[in-house]
Amino acid sequence: MAEAMLEIRDLELRYGSVPAVRGLSLRIERGEVVGLVGPNGAGKTSTLLAIMGVVQPYRGEILHAGRPLAGLGTDAIVRSGVALVPEGRQIFPELTVEENLRLGLVGRRSPDGAAEDVARVAALFPVVREDRHRPAGVLSGGQQQQLAIARALVARPDLLLLDEPSLGLAPAVVDDVFAVLAEIRESGVTILLVEQRAQFAVGFADRTHVLANGELRLTLTPADADDTARITAAYFGRP
Amino acid sequence: MSALQTLIDAIALGTIYALVAMGIGLVFGVMRLVNFAHGELITAGAYALALTNHLPLVVSLVACFGVVIALALAMDVTYRPLRTTTPTTMLVTTFAVSFLLQAVALLAFGARGENVGVLPELNRAVAIGDLRVRWVTLVSIAVGAVLLGATAAVLARTDIGLQMRAAAMNARTARLLGVRASTVIRFAFLLAGILAASATVLLTVQRPLVTPSYGFQLVIPALVGVVVGGMDRLVSATLGGFAVGFAAAVLGDVLPADGRVFLDTALFLLVILVLLARPSGLFARSRAAWERL
Repeated sequence: MAEAMLEIRDLELRYGSVPAVRGLSLRIERGEVVGLVGPNGAGKTSTLLAIMGVVQPYRGEILHAGRPLAGLGTDAIVRSGVALVPEGRQIFPELTVEENLRLGLVGRRSPDGAAEDVARVAALFPVVREDRHRPAGVLSGGQQQQLAIARALVARPDLLLLDEPSLGLAPAVVDDVFAVLAEIRESGVTILLVEQRAQFAVGFADRTHVLANGELRLTLTPADADDTARITAAYFGRP
Repeated sequence: MSALQTLIDAIALGTIYALVAMGIGLVFGVMRLVNFAHGELITAGAYALALTNHLPLVVSLVACFGVVIALALAMDVTYRPLRTTTPTTMLVTTFAVSFLLQAVALLAFGARGENVGVLPELNRAVAIGDLRVRWVTLVSIAVGAVLLGATAAVLARTDIGLQMRAAAMNARTARLLGVRASTVIRFAFLLAGILAASATVLLTVQRPLVTPSYGFQLVIPALVGVVVGGMDRLVSATLGGFAVGFAAAVLGDVLPADGRVFLDTALFLLVILVLLARPSGLFARSRAAWERL
């Protein structure tokens, strides 16, 4: 079996004695798009933070392209090709759009080709072209989300983690964000998409896992996108 | 003494305090650590100057900068385990380091003090119109302005400066983008060391007697200035340092000769009044302007 881009084996995360994730196993092949949905507090963000090395696993293992991430610092994990678009975008409001983007370059494995990658995101995101010198804090929510995704992409990740890219955005703006994500998927980047609004993820990802109370409940495919009853049932713990 | 003369002296002392305050602010920004031992950087630099009095000026300056920068980088290493602790632990530890270094200086050099005699020619006065200004005053203002400007340029223009600003604004997100905490913190200590060494050279010309508490006595008002200015922004922290130095010089001139002992009292009274009126700092900007959903 070829090496998975991301493999999570029997992951358990705890905050003090409170388990946040219990026995999560997950495998994402190269080039795949996998969704992770579930209600608030299901352990979605904790799982992403564990991949980034911010939260240390209580038990279990995380492998990126076959390489265990245990013991690596966040800076090393970023440089190995994992980028996170954090929950709530977390752009730097007082820095300009360009400076925010330059911070994304910090996580590159090599400075070679940085200019090309910046040009590529400039082609993808109008905000990067047109608002370069404005402070990022004056951008709209949708533009800030674009910037957060652009900032992750210029690190040239092979695995892109997205934490609730639809959060706080109007439905039309969410459509724009997912249109861009579709282009990113076309370029071959592997994506792990965390969403609270399940319908966006299920329709977009190759498959979507439902996480509730720290456990995987169900796996859905795009064919289930309109089966709201099934999604709702999984959310609330009924089989 | 004319008002203009007082003003020039006050700007000069304010500039030296601003260099100290900026060093404290740089480290606080990336580490959220108030380094009480910052003053011992100045003490160490001053002893380095005093002990090399008889050597050529260049040797004295190299010794001063070398000792101060080495001590600053040693503090970085010492404080490394504190990064994951509470602010209280950080504060108590830096206090402990400060007192430890003062005790070491006391054991090594005694309480009597040493005299720094480098650059005595800067104490000569120059006549500008009716004013008689000492060279050190003019040099302090010029050197201080250049250093503050250069530090600002490093922060604004370079990649490491951008990473420092990002880490100061949102350390968690900076880390998630791959910014190495140890790199930006080490760089902050390096800059703080350079600024402290420069302040030492300027200060020892005016106050040549170096005792174990030399830097500590300077850092307490400078820290007060940082708090008064607004701790969470480097600009406001630096301006706060300047304001306290400026106020101390003006008060020193305005108070009658036998009232000088009340200088600290008057200074802290001023600080209390400022903080009552503006609790988040004299120069702190309202955060609301930047908050957006």
